Amino acid sequence: MSLQIERRAEPSSLMRVAAPLIATLLTLVVSSIMFALIGHNPLDTLFAFFVAPLLSMNGLSEWLLKASPLILIACGLAIGFRANVWNIGAEGQLVVGAIAASGVGLFYPDPESPLLLPLMFLAGMAGGMAWAAVPAFLRARMNTNEILVTLMMTYIATLLLSLLVHGPWRDPDGFNYPQTALLPNAAMFSYFDATYRLNTSIFITVIAVVAMWFFTERSFFGYKMSVGGAAPLAARYAGFKESGSVWLGLLISGGVAGIAGMAEASGPLGQLSAQISPGYGFAAIIVAFIGRLNAFGIVLGGLLLSLLYLGGEAVQLSMGLPSAVTSIFQGMLLFFLLASDFLIFYRIGRPVAAQGGT
Amino acid sequence: MNPRLELRDISKRYPGVVANDQVSLSVMPGEIHAVLGENGAGKSTLMKIIYGAIGADEGEMVFDGTPIAAHGPAVSRALGIEMVYQHFALFESVSVVENIALCVSGPFDLAGLSVQVRDVSEKYGLPIDPHRLVHDLSVGERQRVEIVRCLLQDPKLLILDEPTSVLTPQAVAKLFETLRQLASEGCSLLYISHKLDEVQALCDTATVLRNGRVTGTAEPKKSTPTKLARMMVGADLPETHHGKAITSGKPKLSVKGLMTSADDQFGIGLKNISFDVFGGEIVGIAGVSGNGQAELVSCLSGETPTKTAHVITLDGADVGQMDAGHRRRLGLAFVPEERLGRGAVPPHHLSDNAMLTGHRLGMVKNGMINRGAANAYASDIMQKYNVKANGHEAVASSLSGGNLQKFIVGREIELAPHVLIVSQPTWGVDVGAAAFVRQALIDLSRSGAAVLVVSEELDELFEICDRLLVICQGEISPSVDRADTDVEEIGLLMTGLNTPSSVAPSGGISR
Amino acid sequence: MDLFTAIFTGTIIAATPLIFAALGELVVEKSGVLNLGIEGMMLVGAAVGVWVSYVGLPLPLAILCAAVAGALASLVFGVLALTFLTNQYAAGLALAIFGTGVSAYIGKGFGSTPIDALKPLVIPFLTDIPVLGPLLFNYDPLVYLSFILFGLISWFLYKTKAGLIVRTIGESPDAAHAIGYPVIKIRYLVVLFGGAMAGLGGAYLSIAYTPLWVENMTAGKGWISLALVVFAAWRPARVLFGAWLFGGMTILQLQGQALGLALPSEVLSSLPYIATIVVLVIISRNRQFLALNFPTSLAKPFRPAR
Repeated sequence: MSLQIERRAEPSSLMRVAAPLIATLLTLVVSSIMFALIGHNPLDTLFAFFVAPLLSMNGLSEWLLKASPLILIACGLAIGFRANVWNIGAEGQLVVGAIAASGVGLFYPDPESPLLLPLMFLAGMAGGMAWAAVPAFLRARMNTNEILVTLMMTYIATLLLSLLVHGPWRDPDGFNYPQTALLPNAAMFSYFDATYRLNTSIFITVIAVVAMWFFTERSFFGYKMSVGGAAPLAARYAGFKESGSVWLGLLISGGVAGIAGMAEASGPLGQLSAQISPGYGFAAIIVAFIGRLNAFGIVLGGLLLSLLYLGGEAVQLSMGLPSAVTSIFQGMLLFFLLASDFLIFYRIGRPVAAQGGT
Repeated sequence: MNPRLELRDISKRYPGVVANDQVSLSVMPGEIHAVLGENGAGKSTLMKIIYGAIGADEGEMVFDGTPIAAHGPAVSRALGIEMVYQHFALFESVSVVENIALCVSGPFDLAGLSVQVRDVSEKYGLPIDPHRLVHDLSVGERQRVEIVRCLLQDPKLLILDEPTSVLTPQAVAKLFETLRQLASEGCSLLYISHKLDEVQALCDTATVLRNGRVTGTAEPKKSTPTKLARMMVGADLPETHHGKAITSGKPKLSVKGLMTSADDQFGIGLKNISFDVFGGEIVGIAGVSGNGQAELVSCLSGETPTKTAHVITLDGADVGQMDAGHRRRLGLAFVPEERLGRGAVPPHHLSDNAMLTGHRLGMVKNGMINRGAANAYASDIMQKYNVKANGHEAVASSLSGGNLQKFIVGREIELAPHVLIVSQPTWGVDVGAAAFVRQALIDLSRSGAAVLVVSEELDELFEICDRLLVICQGEISPSVDRADTDVEEIGLLMTGLNTPSSVAPSGGISR
Repeated sequence: MDLFTAIFTGTIIAATPLIFAALGELVVEKSGVLNLGIEGMMLVGAAVGVWVSYVGLPLPLAILCAAVAGALASLVFGVLALTFLTNQYAAGLALAIFGTGVSAYIGKGFGSTPIDALKPLVIPFLTDIPVLGPLLFNYDPLVYLSFILFGLISWFLYKTKAGLIVRTIGESPDAAHAIGYPVIKIRYLVVLFGGAMAGLGGAYLSIAYTPLWVENMTAGKGWISLALVVFAAWRPARVLFGAWLFGGMTILQLQGQALGLALPSEVLSSLPYIATIVVLVIISRNRQFLALNFPTSLAKPFRPAR
């Protein structure tokens, strides 16, 4: 008898762990084939991609520096995704957070105030939340699809950023580059070591991960949101309000995306520029899914994607591969991960001969 | 003469379950053959195998003397096998004739087909308008569409899966006439049912299934209900025990002039519904499905709050505008007809599902979940209500219908509600679990709670209820005491033909 | 060419890629499948179209290849959503991200190199009619193709048995399976069709509209197409109106100076996005209207019982 696919009575806990490993392995195999096809030695390329970047202190610093915003944003997104609240516009919320925070950093009357950084933090969070509040209001009150609205808001945010850095906020001494003046020192997170770009904003991410774990696994509100995500009718049956989940899911994810934007401006960039984010808001969606919407999974997913970014840059320099390889990698990994989830709920093999009786 | 259909040793396994185990049966031309068995006995699976909607693991099927290999519904239809599904395979958003066209081969000619539909529906006394949209049709009319769809093909074998569950007793009699006419024309019928009286009234022969196995064959007209039941269940039918109903002085649940508009595309409006349920009694709402039960229950549970507060009162408090959570805080509990996805979250553990409505019982402190309390509550329900599952960590979707229903009923009863609303308490539940659930409802009412049961199974309502109401086209009848009425009278009310005045003299009118 | 003609023809042209992509998605959604990855498929189509013409092959072939590439890209989604029963939102997002990467990879060699654009078709006599000629008969072949496809799709969905099957599968895959239709197979075909249409939409951008390849050149048109399907309440004719509305917004932005709108270009550029939100809000408030043609099984994973 041929192979059959059967639904498992209970999701397999073995496969929950094994599926991501299988997916990663498949990604490596397929990408090796891809490298070989375009004339690169697969092993050398994979080494240059995944190992070489981590062999220096600077590499490690960059690894964590890039992983931090990805993990931070993904934690927020995952809270919404668990409740079927699809915020796809974290990129826009990040941008607006960076704009709001930079605005405070640039125009606060006392540039040396120790309050400057905390104020920017609040401004970044408020900016991201405000941007997410629009789709939240429209979904909760007007029944409008939040996927499309958050995305449209992202395009608008990018245009707003462009307007500011090309116009009123442009640094007059900046040789016409689309960027603002540098932020004052008090507006910056401090570095662990002046040689490397990693800074103390990473603690925000650490706190966020723990908070997210607590919220999703231990809090009653997190439970209510997961009911709403898995079975909306059951949530209504139990009397859990959908609008609560929508507001919270969007405001949390918008807020942390805004904080991530603030941390970019107050960290590695030191100013607001037209390219505030290399697509962190979108990549964080992948991180959230790779991490199975679970706090610790997201940490692993964020580290993995960050490594993909680093590796992509590295092979661009050392082997002349195009930067698009990174996004192909991301896409492939996401593809295999989503597909491998099937193994958790279904088994493939010969049919089991069950014992008689129901 | 060759049998029209012969099955030899058909087996079908699912993970953990054998749905059919070496089932054999044979049907002659013009024979009306019953397949009897309780919920979960494997009747529907067997019929889908014959029709080709699912494949058997083992066994042989012979049709008119020709062995049939693995086949799909298209092959079956070409052979002359047609099937009327229990949950109709109809599409609501398109017209009757379009639905029928989907099952007819040949050119796509809706006008020509409409004429045929009219002809056949007149010949067999099944009037339908081919151009109406299916979602405008009543359940009974939908069944006619399904049957006409089959008859258009001049079937040699017609399979009907629990066809009477959506009909009033009077409509059942009408259907049987049509079926007898068909059989007299040489068409064989396979009639799936768990209702003994119907099988005795209609069928020439019967094959009885239990746990996927054939436990016997019989000639129902010559057998007794007790004998058939024993073959079906393997024991005597369990009975429920009633104490005397001692009702509270004031109604616990009261509905006054509840109206809704049918603004939803697939809904029905409720028309001025009023009734009371007192503590200590079970009130049943009978009716053919689709007559407003879903809308009424949703208004009562709070899933759809009403526009004005005073139309629904709970222990005297106006609750119409409150959501389900609010009403639960006031002592309402509710078992919905959809277990997976409404009464329980399919991918969640049983302990999480216990928390769904049980969280009020000290499982949440300062917004944080007390896992231990949730686990204990789940385990407690499983023990008291005899729920067979793999511990409180089992996911809801892994439970059988009966066990999940016992879990949900248990969860709601253990909340010690003042008012419990139950929709379709034993739908798709095996006999043992059904009796258990019914007894649990009776016990709850006798402890002083008001219980409202909405069901399409008249037998069930007559078994457990103290008073009965009938819902038809969004209107509700005055209540009658169970002792003062019979299936015939309730059946008439279900068709909406009867006026309340003909019931009133019996003296069982709402107090 | 006077301003009115410029705005009118400009609107029609700007609407064309949206019409292709949105009509394709409409059929996909009618079958109960939600593919959020249009942006990715359009980008792949756009890049492949330019690539094929860049290596010197004729434009019709480039357009065909773009459609095939869009269809192939849609398989990424199809396999995940239909075979592996992945959450359709996640699978669509994966395709959007994947398509962006793949298109950037394909387009790396010829970025920003202009190619020979698709020329307006000169129809003897018709094009020369005064006033109407330049307004109605001065477009490239793909514009006419978009109208032909609109007619074909409307006819297919509402007048043929195959279209009836697609619609009913979108309502209830279980019932369709029960009466013997191969739901998964049909949905695969429909998803492939939607991919080809998105590929065409992308090719229109890179071969006729801008005639060159720029990374992320769709700038949200795939997402706007998704919004259009909701706006259209799953009815083909309303897709046309929606697309013209958005085309008009785009042209307003391009013709902003000529019209004397003294606004920064960013403000004008944001008009289509703002309009999308506004239109979505207006449409979404009317739940009843949406429910009328809504494919009930949309985005619900389906696996036939065996």
